[in-house]
Amino acid sequence: MPNATVASATIRPEEAEHFGALAADWWNPRGSSAMLHKLNPVRLGFLREAVNLHWGADPASLKPLAGRGALDVGCGAGLLAEPLARLGAAVTGVDAAAQNIAAAQAHAAGGGLAIDYRHGELGALGLGRFDLVTAMEVIEHVADKALFLRQLAERLVQGGLMVLSTPNRTPQSRLLMVDAAEGIGLIPKGTHHWDDFITPDELGDLLAGAGLVMGEPRGISFSPMKGLHLSGDLSLNYIVTAWAG
Amino acid sequence: MDERRELLILGGGLVGMTLALAAAKQGIASHVVDRADPAELTADGFDGRASAISTASWNLFCNIGLGDRLEPYGCPIDSIAVTDAMRPGKIDFRPQPDEGSLGRMFSNRDLRLALFEAARDEKLIAWHAPIDVVKRERGEHGVSATLSDGRVLHASLMVAAEGRRSPTRDEAGLKLAHWDYQHRALIVGLDHEKSHGNVAWEIFYPTGPFALLPMRDGPRGEHRSALVWTVAEKDAAGTLALSERAFLAEVEKRMQGMFGKISLNSRISSYPLGFQHTARMTGQRLVLAGDAAHGIHPIAGQGLNLGLRDVGALVEVLMDGMRLGLDPGDAQILERYERWRSLDNFTVSATCDGITRLFGIQGRTASAIRRFGMAGVQRIPALKNFFMDEARGMSGKLPSLLQA
Repeated sequence: MPNATVASATIRPEEAEHFGALAADWWNPRGSSAMLHKLNPVRLGFLREAVNLHWGADPASLKPLAGRGALDVGCGAGLLAEPLARLGAAVTGVDAAAQNIAAAQAHAAGGGLAIDYRHGELGALGLGRFDLVTAMEVIEHVADKALFLRQLAERLVQGGLMVLSTPNRTPQSRLLMVDAAEGIGLIPKGTHHWDDFITPDELGDLLAGAGLVMGEPRGISFSPMKGLHLSGDLSLNYIVTAWAG
Repeated sequence: MDERRELLILGGGLVGMTLALAAAKQGIASHVVDRADPAELTADGFDGRASAISTASWNLFCNIGLGDRLEPYGCPIDSIAVTDAMRPGKIDFRPQPDEGSLGRMFSNRDLRLALFEAARDEKLIAWHAPIDVVKRERGEHGVSATLSDGRVLHASLMVAAEGRRSPTRDEAGLKLAHWDYQHRALIVGLDHEKSHGNVAWEIFYPTGPFALLPMRDGPRGEHRSALVWTVAEKDAAGTLALSERAFLAEVEKRMQGMFGKISLNSRISSYPLGFQHTARMTGQRLVLAGDAAHGIHPIAGQGLNLGLRDVGALVEVLMDGMRLGLDPGDAQILERYERWRSLDNFTVSATCDGITRLFGIQGRTASAIRRFGMAGVQRIPALKNFFMDEARGMSGKLPSLLQA
């Protein structure tokens, strides 16, 4: 599931190119990013609950992030950045592919959303610190994962919240997310490299190395009746919170 | 007044107005456009139309703060009697004391007045009427409607609530399964000598159903019912041309003196009956609600209830989506509405259509089958409960706005 491209030693030029080529179709809910559109309410549901818990936000509120800064790394064309802005956050979106940033800027302008989109390497952009840092479906595309997580951690204010999602490295994810989904075109070909996927335990260790504590991971699974949904089954894809320990 | 709002509701009838109010209670702002003058629609004696408000629909009105305002106008339905031309074999739907009522009857005029008064005080509703929409646009980032005075209204999501002849639906190319029953419903208010005892009567004649729906007593204590009399299209013009006295004589013949002397208390209105159902209820930044998506036979009083379930479901998916930061016109929000409402609407529509067809067949054999069928329903508790739940609007997964 493409959610774009990132940082410093971490950027793989061929990955940025792959997602940049998809940029024009990002916002078409039936286009090549259809799976990502379906995934969006699921990961936003997890994020909303995490925000409610972390900052004691009213679950009924429409602006739980009012007054907070948010950084979305690997923002693609803004599928996550725009909802964060609507929830009240002052959002900065970073992506390694120039085409993605161009698509994101055009879309936000059309919807009247003020989002600060930046093209380039996270480490080189000289950004400040943020209450909320997100990187959804990104770390699996990154070469130096430890460095990437350290750079994310540096962007977090004291007491801030991080939310990450990524595919697990299991036989199921290889069969369903790479072979089957790319095979039948549900996910664009070349989106995922299974060897680069990391398990929740590995992610927890990497986060600890960056001085962060990982929360309890939740699975994102698929069933014909419910579609994509949050569950206890971590075998395909999972989403976690992290914070400074 | 012309600022961008979340909803652009085209059609300010009972469904459109209830949607605007329910959305406003959740902090969602709307433009509502209607071509009719609200003052005219609520003028006394406009028509005799009435609606059965199911328990679920009543919960919706209470949840948006209209319960106290509406309470004095509703007549509770304690039981529903269904007979085949007054022959033996009556089905009597009467809930147990702990099962709650089968709904309440309201004149559409009273409902409309209460909704309009509540909407007038609501800052989140911008009301534009009477005025025509001359152009509709739906794009990637939003929707707009150009009014005949040149103003342009902008929003995130367009809602077509214009009723069964929705021009927005037709323009969007949302296909309609449609057939005409070749029948017409004549609707009129009756005053009568004896009390109706809060019973709703569905009397099936081979020429079509004849329904007497119990209404609140009039200002001088007159007992009242709303009559929905279905006649074949070819007989409708003749029936409508009858003098009041001759019309009453025809009605009395079918009521067989059950309520004593009768007289009319409204003018007679008439509506062609058809079945229509859309395969899809959504398009790009567009949803259909109410009769624009599903016009059904008024036989069981379910039309408005279905529309109000659309309202409850739409407000719920919008709120859930907006709490996640999604745009109100987001395709994922609309898909959830589509999945939730399509099956429910189709089930109720098809059931009412089936009943209409069963009871529309002439002849003694068909009549015997109907009596047998009704006796069957009477004897099988599960089936009877299904019918009662359907009449109460409590079946299926209910939007939380429709729960007590």
